[in-house]
Amino acid sequence: MATPAQHVFRRLFDEVGPVDHVGIEERVAKYTTRSIKKGAKLWGLKTAVSMVDLTTLEGKDTPGKVESLCQKALSPHGDPDIPTVAAVCVYPSMVKHARRALGEDTAVRIASVATAFPSGQAPLRTRLAEVKSAVADGADEIDMVINRGAFLAGEFQLVQDEIAAVREACGAATLKVILEVSELETYDNIRAASFIAMRVLRPNDFIKTSTGKTTLNATLGNNQVMLEAIRDFYLDTGTPIAMKPAGGIRTAKQALQFLIAVKETLGDEWLNNTRYRFGASSLLNDLLRQIEKEKTGAYQAPYYFSEAAESY
Amino acid sequence: MSRLPITKTPKVYVGGAFIRSESARTFPLKDAAGNFFANIPQCTRKDLRNAVEAAAKAGPGWAKRTAYNRGQIIYRLGEMLEARKADLADALSVGGALRPDGKRGIAREIEATIDRLIYYAGWADKYEQVLGNVNPVASPHFNFTVTEPMGIVGLLAPEEAPLLALVSLIAPAITSGNTVVALASTTQPYPAIVLGEMLATSDLPGGVVNLLTGYRKELVPTFATHTHLRAIAGVANADERKALKLGAAESVKRVKLHKTEEPVNWFSDQAQSLYDVRDTLEFKTTWHPIGA
Repeated sequence: MATPAQHVFRRLFDEVGPVDHVGIEERVAKYTTRSIKKGAKLWGLKTAVSMVDLTTLEGKDTPGKVESLCQKALSPHGDPDIPTVAAVCVYPSMVKHARRALGEDTAVRIASVATAFPSGQAPLRTRLAEVKSAVADGADEIDMVINRGAFLAGEFQLVQDEIAAVREACGAATLKVILEVSELETYDNIRAASFIAMRVLRPNDFIKTSTGKTTLNATLGNNQVMLEAIRDFYLDTGTPIAMKPAGGIRTAKQALQFLIAVKETLGDEWLNNTRYRFGASSLLNDLLRQIEKEKTGAYQAPYYFSEAAESY
Repeated sequence: MSRLPITKTPKVYVGGAFIRSESARTFPLKDAAGNFFANIPQCTRKDLRNAVEAAAKAGPGWAKRTAYNRGQIIYRLGEMLEARKADLADALSVGGALRPDGKRGIAREIEATIDRLIYYAGWADKYEQVLGNVNPVASPHFNFTVTEPMGIVGLLAPEEAPLLALVSLIAPAITSGNTVVALASTTQPYPAIVLGEMLATSDLPGGVVNLLTGYRKELVPTFATHTHLRAIAGVANADERKALKLGAAESVKRVKLHKTEEPVNWFSDQAQSLYDVRDTLEFKTTWHPIGA
């Protein structure tokens, strides 16, 4: 006998469609076999740099550390040929320091996690206040976490209403909705949660895989489930939703595999930093290292590049 | 009923694991009678890159061991070889056509190899006393020089003495806490495969010694240009030496090469020396103020 909670999940899965678990795994396994070389590789690496949300989310973050992160975001390797990263991603209390370091007129956006990141376990009132304060301090983008407890209890309306409330609190700022996929447990749940979020998002708002604070982060598998949800939602409604995998993407090779997934699932319109981002910190160094390798032909030592913040 | 033969797939020892080349390429090796013996991994520059990553990961841990402990482990490696002399003798007779000295020569090479390990095991906690120094200075300073391992060392083994020469290059580098990526003899790679199996059982942490087999022509240019290799040692011909020196100048690495044209007698006492340990050391001098 199914419980009431199981009934609401069944109804939602019927509505948004199920996920073929084995099919997804096989599909993404193929992405790791593509051969990307020379010009295409260099293009991919530079595009990946331009998509990085350079992140530091640690208890020990200081204004100084955020300032050096911003310097690196503006000039990743002192090479004018290498683009700036898309954004820096910091805690709300660091937004004003990031704004001071980057200035008002800058290509690098400031993203701030808010809504009691990473657990989200605070009263809605507190979470909304946090969002508003981050926006007032100068954040261009807000990374919120969904209420996983409510989702797993089957209270989808509550989850959706909270996302809508945060969207309103954002004002003009872009919203990124973190599903925290490792706590949703199944691909079906990830797809269902993606739809719950997308239905109240504006065009080019993001859905994002993880906080980076749990054991399992972005994988090609859950990235693919979310990309396909975005594709199906776009074909249904015409609203383009953007995507941000975060956590666990440390190497240039992984980044290229994620870009292949984007290219082959959503197409070229998503291959830019308005529609696709990487939440990462050490990834940037490996991208720079591989770009240098492509340019010089010599494998590079990691200590030729500045230290990465080790939060992801 | 006859039993089906169980033949070994030779794999190289990289990062504490036995791997095939990432390219899946191999080259055939013939035994002394000229019959097909096995397919040896034909490693690529990507395998070299991966080996360097493995060596980089193992480096800090190995260098942080006490000198005494490094000596114990290298001695233990000698013990592992001693217990498996018969395996090594078999490995060295593959490609035996190249050995005019026959069985006696093989036995001599194995013993010299083990003795070489024991020699460097002894130096492990002593080279610092000899190479480090307290320097006389004309100011109120205590001035002293200590050694530090360079990091990752690339080694190019010669074609002859495929076990002894390889070990003679590896041992002095790891004695001081360097990690190595070594390219084995191309014509007689099999002893390096078997040596890997002994390294794996010797308490030596994975990644300290990484062995590659393959063609020098494919790998020497990458040895030359890889900026994470801090030094190159071994044996090279004139063309290779030029490529290595040019690459080393670009990436600021140390080059200590023997010439292929002037073969080294690996059996002699001159082939083992404290100065071979010194070749892969950096010296650090410290000025420490003292009261006048």
